[in-house]
Amino acid sequence: MLRVEDIYKDYDGKPLLKGITFEVQEGELVCLLGSSGSGKSTMLRIIAGLEEPKSGKVYWKGEDFTDKPTHERGFGLMFQDYALFPHRSVAENIAFGLRMVGRSKPEIDSLVEKSLANIRMQEFADRPVTELSGGEQQRVALARALAPDPYLLMLDEPLGALDHNLRTELLKDLRKRLHDSQKPVIYVTHDQEEAFALADRLLLLHDGKLVQEGAPERVFNQPANTWVASFLGLGNLVPAKLISPNRVETDLGQLEVPIAPEIEPGSDCVMLLRPDDALFGENAISLSNYLRAVIRDSVFLGNYFRLEVMVGQTILQVHSPHPDAIGETISIAWPASSLQCLPVA
Amino acid sequence: MKRSGSLTWLLWLIPLVFLLFFFYQPLLAIFRQVFSERFNQGWQFFSWAQITRPLLFTLWQAFLSTLLTLIVGLPAAYLFARFEFAGRKWLHTLSLLPFILPTVVVATAFNTLIGPRGWLNLILMDLLNLSNPPVNLLNSLPAILLAHVFYNTSIIIRMVGNSLTRLNPHYDEAARVLNAKPWQAFREVSLPLLMPSILGASLLVFLFDFTSFGVVLMLGGPQYATVEVEIYTQAMSRFNLPMAGLLSMIQLVVTFLITLAQNRLKNPRFGKAVLSSEQKTRQQPVNMRQKIFVILMCLLLVVLFVSPILSLVSRSLVTFEAARGERGEFETGFTTRYYTELFQNRTGSIFYANPLAAIRNSLVYSVLTMLIATSLGLLSAYALSRSGKLTRWMEPFFMLPLGASAVILGLGFLITFNNPPWTSGRFPILIPIAHSLIALPFVVRTILPAIQGIPHSLREAARVMGAKPWKVIREIDLPILLRAVIVSLAFSFTISLGEFGASSFLANARTPTIPVTIFRYISQPGALNYGQALAMSTLLLLTSAAGSLLIEKIRLPGEELF
Amino acid sequence: MTKKHFLLLTLILFVLAACQPTTPTTPAAQPQTLTIMTHDSFSVSEELVRKFEAENNATLVFIQGGDAGSALNRLILTSVDTQTPEADVFYGLDNTFLSRALDQDLFEAYQPASLSAIPAEFKLDPTFKVVPIDYGDVCINYDKAWFAENNLELPASLQDLAKPEYSGLLVVENPATSSPGLAFMMATIAEFGETSWLEWWQAMKDNKVVVVSDWETAYYTNFSGSSGKGPQPMVVSYASSPAAELIYAETELSESPTASLVNPGMCWRQVEFAGILKNTPNRALAEKFIDFLLSKEFQEDVPMQMFVFPVLPEAILPEGFVLASQTPETVSSLDPALIAANRDIWVNDWTNLMLK
Repeated sequence: MLRVEDIYKDYDGKPLLKGITFEVQEGELVCLLGSSGSGKSTMLRIIAGLEEPKSGKVYWKGEDFTDKPTHERGFGLMFQDYALFPHRSVAENIAFGLRMVGRSKPEIDSLVEKSLANIRMQEFADRPVTELSGGEQQRVALARALAPDPYLLMLDEPLGALDHNLRTELLKDLRKRLHDSQKPVIYVTHDQEEAFALADRLLLLHDGKLVQEGAPERVFNQPANTWVASFLGLGNLVPAKLISPNRVETDLGQLEVPIAPEIEPGSDCVMLLRPDDALFGENAISLSNYLRAVIRDSVFLGNYFRLEVMVGQTILQVHSPHPDAIGETISIAWPASSLQCLPVA
Repeated sequence: MKRSGSLTWLLWLIPLVFLLFFFYQPLLAIFRQVFSERFNQGWQFFSWAQITRPLLFTLWQAFLSTLLTLIVGLPAAYLFARFEFAGRKWLHTLSLLPFILPTVVVATAFNTLIGPRGWLNLILMDLLNLSNPPVNLLNSLPAILLAHVFYNTSIIIRMVGNSLTRLNPHYDEAARVLNAKPWQAFREVSLPLLMPSILGASLLVFLFDFTSFGVVLMLGGPQYATVEVEIYTQAMSRFNLPMAGLLSMIQLVVTFLITLAQNRLKNPRFGKAVLSSEQKTRQQPVNMRQKIFVILMCLLLVVLFVSPILSLVSRSLVTFEAARGERGEFETGFTTRYYTELFQNRTGSIFYANPLAAIRNSLVYSVLTMLIATSLGLLSAYALSRSGKLTRWMEPFFMLPLGASAVILGLGFLITFNNPPWTSGRFPILIPIAHSLIALPFVVRTILPAIQGIPHSLREAARVMGAKPWKVIREIDLPILLRAVIVSLAFSFTISLGEFGASSFLANARTPTIPVTIFRYISQPGALNYGQALAMSTLLLLTSAAGSLLIEKIRLPGEELF
Repeated sequence: MTKKHFLLLTLILFVLAACQPTTPTTPAAQPQTLTIMTHDSFSVSEELVRKFEAENNATLVFIQGGDAGSALNRLILTSVDTQTPEADVFYGLDNTFLSRALDQDLFEAYQPASLSAIPAEFKLDPTFKVVPIDYGDVCINYDKAWFAENNLELPASLQDLAKPEYSGLLVVENPATSSPGLAFMMATIAEFGETSWLEWWQAMKDNKVVVVSDWETAYYTNFSGSSGKGPQPMVVSYASSPAAELIYAETELSESPTASLVNPGMCWRQVEFAGILKNTPNRALAEKFIDFLLSKEFQEDVPMQMFVFPVLPEAILPEGFVLASQTPETVSSLDPALIAANRDIWVNDWTNLMLK
């Protein structure tokens, strides 16, 4: 339905977006994930028509929308700071978009009422928005964005301004609401938890380019490069050199890896060692990728202990079911099949 | 904070005493005098028309001037707040210049531009081969309006521009995403949010237009008299003192009402929600419509701000041959004679004022004014920054000197301070004091927002760390206020530099200021004197411009001038 | 720094700002200061002032209080009935305002010996509270070149000015705000009589006479004969203005580009007086200053400084001044008592007719 094609955008003379292309299908929730300053908000603004790309096109159902004025696109956008109109009441805020498309007064009234009921805020109708709490504002902002029934909904860090507890609570709510709306949604965030929880598909944006796209579990299992692995916090990253099709040389010693045909033997890569995949003690000794490690720190996290261990000069994180004492030397190993050799980003 | 009660009193006391002694006392004295039995013969000419005519005209022209100023100023504010273009900074600085120019200079400048022998007419006569000037703008309402727009556009640019810069752009964008056309987004969202600042700026412009004196006197001609001009005429020319007193009371009441209304507006209705954080709101014009807008606005502003000034400077450097019966033809030539002539006392007159001496006098008064007004303004602003019912009523009390007629105040000074040390012939100390009264409202308006803008958390943090109240002020407030204070210094400096009304009452022949000297040259016959007045005006312009540049250089981004 | 210090600093700042820098005081006996209130057109050679100051161990301070009317009004307002008048001497009272000053009882009588040399026609105050110093004739100036070029006859009388060929050619000053304007209005009253003078003004209004606030605007902005080169070739000014045009021309001229219309009934003579303020603490010095004003030295200084004529017949006039100045053979005049009774009413009537 939506297709952005080869979008370039400069900011202050520096390139911000360097050729972004992706599509959003009907009813699909796409998460645009990237660190702050990666240009993901700008991408939304270009789709909304608030900014013009330097080059590239935006298509909606095959129609070129690139030069279409914002108000004619029929897209919804929810800002990170919500941008609720401070001079209007809750109900008036929600009614705004409906008024602009020229709906009749009774129609607007009933839609606003329904919308308020949806977010369980009927009694707030006449309150000034400046008196709402952060969570309430978020709900009103979403209701306002959805009220005119946009073709496409975009959300720019909708939970970014809220504190952690509220976020977790609202995330569930938001997920349900977005799902119920059955609209294509582009959701911008820098928080991978949010992204994993919501997205049908992830788009990872780094340094002005899409570095990976795919279903959350696919991205999780097969990060495209070290930046993705590091950004998503997938595990330990250790520089390595491929010395044979299934062996690498690292600071930890030589490790056996699954054959990675896409990497030339003799070239550099980075090993991803996921904390959860580590085996300990006797399970470890039998494996070829067996390491001796000294425990530097141990934190109990309920289901497991998070250990910080030292192998030679390298510090690694592992998740262990056993309570081991700090300073103790233990055996760790990663099955060769669990290791991934990632290209340098 | 129990102890602050007594401190607040102290803060009030010094500026309060100053105002009571130097403003309200002479005002009261002069009112007693003009309404006394002795001068009541003026009542025989009393008619309501004498009040309603100037009052209605004043309100009418102030309304028109404000409207025109908004028509030019709002797009200009939008231009500066939203667009980035070559020469933007330069033009922005330039737009501040008119506000600090003395009325004598502005009136003279407009004369050289649109007067019968101004550039406009000279060029038209040359082009169209006419023998008479085709454009007759002087002594007309358009001339007054034009000068008022010239003067006050900068207020709109500053005040509305500031709010516009700080207005979160997401509001407008949110509206447009919600299907609002650009003009709908402006009408429904941006405009209501900007309204308090637009109204505030308009009221201030209206106030300035309402109390306008020099411009109306020099460009309006005898048919057009504002209340302020009528006060002057009634008191000094018609000797109808009760009428002058009555009119000046009316002017004070209107001023009081306007400042009161403005005070109401300042209550932040939408809280901090409107202030955007350091968001970049300016961008290069991208599409054709924006480019045309930027180009047209720049042209308009250049014509409005530059042409009168350029015209003044160029006329002071060009000589026109005296008429010799060759009408319509004139020889032009570059000359610095008007400047060199300034330094010669051709007739050996006692009233000859060496321009350097006049500049020195003006500078001495200005520096004194700067110190008095800023230190008093600082104290007043502190006192006013405490919230409370009293302060709300006190602010107009401090602002009232804005509405006091220069004639009435000048006369009040003369009858109140009629003995030594005030009457020392050598040094009229009353001049810097009178200038301070005029500058005080400006200073308070510059410093007060800065004080109110200091986050409470900062003070509390300092207090928690064990700092005493005064120490808090020194460690936290003063560094933050420093810039506002510097702006105030520069502001009161330039106000004093250009003030003419009160100075003309208080200066004597030995201690003329630059504006007084200009006026002296204008009042003497001969082309040479006229040229010298232009030259002197140019010198004053340069001195004021230096002050203006200083203000612009140190002004904090987002800091309000008023 | 403690709280106390800060307070002190603020206080010092305030005091510093408020106190005046003292100019170096002159040694020897403190000279006595004599304050002279005058109008904006007053001027005198610095050399003469210095000489007077030296001879009398005095400092003269001149205050210019606006045009002649304003200066007087200011003085009345600030100095009537007080023990501390704003000035010791007032210079520049003219015959149109004479009555107002005398009514307000502003001056103390002083009859200098030198007054005997002054022609009686100037001694309009029989009580000698004020004495005449100079006089000037308010006449219409015209632009010689303009009239030559347009082949237009000069108007021979005020009546002529109402003729259509002179439509829009004359600029006058508002008598309420300008002393030549007031003088010219007096001339019209003297010419047409108390009852019908306004009819002439009505005719002039219909004939597009231009009214401006002050002499400066009239002369520089509107008059075509001055450097302003305005649209009107005739202006109400002084009979001595053509001399000023000659003397102050940018390049040397052989004759003045302007001249005055001096036919009978067209000019009004302004006589300027000086007087000693009541309650002055410097009476003796003030008397000396009046004597000085009537001295031959000062009287001969008057023409070039103020472009008016000295009242002392024996004063010798500068050559350029004589060359371009015309003296009307007869000048209009009105009974001072009549002026006193009606001046404000006339001005009011004029304003109502011309400016509303």
